[in-house]
Amino acid sequence: MSDLPSVARLKSRVAGMFAACVMSVGAFLCAAAPAHALIEIDITQGNVEPMPIALPSFTAEGGDPKLSADMTAVISADLKRSGLFLPLDPASFIQTNMGVSTTPRFGDWRTIGAQALVSGSVVKQNDGRLRAEFRLWDVFASEQMLGQQFYTTPENWRRLAHIIADAIYERLTGEKGYFDTRIVYVDETGTKDKRVKRLAIMDQDGFNVRYLTRGDDLVLTPRFSPTTQEVTYMSYAGAEPSVYLLNIETGQREIVGNFPGMTFAPRFSPDGQRVVMSLEQGGNANIFTMDLRSRKTTRLTSTAAIDTSPSFSPDGSQVVFESDRGGTQQIYVMNADGSNAQRVSFGPGRYSTPVWSPRGDLIAFTKQHQGRFMIGVMKPDGKGERILTEGYHNEGPAWAPNGRVLVFFRDTPGANGGPQVWTVDLTGYNEQRIQTPAFASDPSWSPLID
Amino acid sequence: MFEMGTFARSAKIGAALGALLFMAACAQTNPDGLNGGAGNAAPGSGQDFVVNVGDRIFFEEDQSTVNSQAKATLDKQAQWLSQYSRYSITVEGHADERGTRQYNIALGARRATAARDYLVARGVNPSRIKTISYGKERPVAVCNDNSCWSQNRRAVTVLDNATN
Repeated sequence: MSDLPSVARLKSRVAGMFAACVMSVGAFLCAAAPAHALIEIDITQGNVEPMPIALPSFTAEGGDPKLSADMTAVISADLKRSGLFLPLDPASFIQTNMGVSTTPRFGDWRTIGAQALVSGSVVKQNDGRLRAEFRLWDVFASEQMLGQQFYTTPENWRRLAHIIADAIYERLTGEKGYFDTRIVYVDETGTKDKRVKRLAIMDQDGFNVRYLTRGDDLVLTPRFSPTTQEVTYMSYAGAEPSVYLLNIETGQREIVGNFPGMTFAPRFSPDGQRVVMSLEQGGNANIFTMDLRSRKTTRLTSTAAIDTSPSFSPDGSQVVFESDRGGTQQIYVMNADGSNAQRVSFGPGRYSTPVWSPRGDLIAFTKQHQGRFMIGVMKPDGKGERILTEGYHNEGPAWAPNGRVLVFFRDTPGANGGPQVWTVDLTGYNEQRIQTPAFASDPSWSPLID
Repeated sequence: MFEMGTFARSAKIGAALGALLFMAACAQTNPDGLNGGAGNAAPGSGQDFVVNVGDRIFFEEDQSTVNSQAKATLDKQAQWLSQYSRYSITVEGHADERGTRQYNIALGARRATAARDYLVARGVNPSRIKTISYGKERPVAVCNDNSCWSQNRRAVTVLDNATN
């Protein structure tokens, strides 16, 4: 019964968007094998040897074989891009026509080096909906590890593939996945001195790009709400540059608060009820919060310096931010009421754009040193600093909801240069570029979609 | 871009020569075919301000200190603004691209404020002055070395109600 929690989680997650589409999965649940017999990946290690996994194309059973193949390809690409899995070449498969109801010939899969095997089917029903089933097999233990079934409308096929990839990732790593997520970012077109910037949103694999603003106004630093379909960002739309809220489903937009100066660098609190941001007055920037329901504003810092890029700890008790109060940009941690600010960065160079991991254990940052821009992580007390990537210009890390992957932007120099969005594992391995239609900056990851 | 490049080099040579080159560059694209040197800008016009006074000052890396060259420009701006009191102004603060986005927004605000404060100290009524920061979002020079970055670290005084 060890499979039940994960199935229940998926059921509840899927129910929200797929409206009672999930049938009982009881028929697919099997007795859990003893834990020691199951394959698993320890992803706490750096440079993990990726697990060989076989993903024969899902069968169509009289339906649309292209859709089945496309869904399998999305699942395979998700797993491969994580760096933790090595999808095997289907040309090497000995057992062919592997349907979801087929019992694997485990010896055949062991022969080609597969440790895990996924079989599945996608069927279009008479009512027009898709029914997708899959099973995850432990090739060495000759056992089923997971079996699930989903119903959805055909246009949701990519999301369903991401949900299945998340289920496989979670079962094999013990960590929640992050494939059924989206990234909000700033799309950049036009020449470098006349950039047009639009808010855009895409699936985490770069597909389904949609533009949220038209490019009439300069927009910067969008951040996802952890609880709602809202984004907070900075816009030059009004008389004064300010922090805004945008509902990404309705398009409704509102300014956050009525501050006597420019507001910028917004981020939500972990409960989604407040926005923390900087207010500029008289050349100084200080940190404030605004409660979105009561509209009450609270000052957290009061310095003749630049205090900016605030980010809450996941339990909401502390705020990490950057300040040049000591002379150069450094990272500080304070209590959520603004008390007891302590500098935590002490290495050579300048530290900025801190962002607290959703797991609470690390703070990611941008670091500038000797003309190079790096992305790194450190513990909340500043110890254990590790640089994950380094180059001409890397900036603005944001965490995947499972705290294992960071997304950031990498700029290239010169008149024709521009930013692109990349991801890197917490371990510093597995850099991947997310393909975007144009230059892209300021990425921010959504929570797992509920 | 050609105009910007021309102006870019001139900024180092000196404000007066720079103004002449900028004027020449502008004339190339002036639909009225206006030609000639700085003296031809109508006194009190926006062109007069840009060409004969100088609309921008520059800053050192990560600094917002108004240096002596910037003070000379701001002195001329203050004098011109006292002569042509019909104008209100917006001081735009900018940063180069070699910094992070949020900090550069704040740094641009610091530079705009420094220029504003200097103008106020030279007698410009603060009610005539607004400030705004564009951070690193609006570079005027886009090459990949300090010759461009030094032009982007700037505060630009824009006449809000200039007619030309």
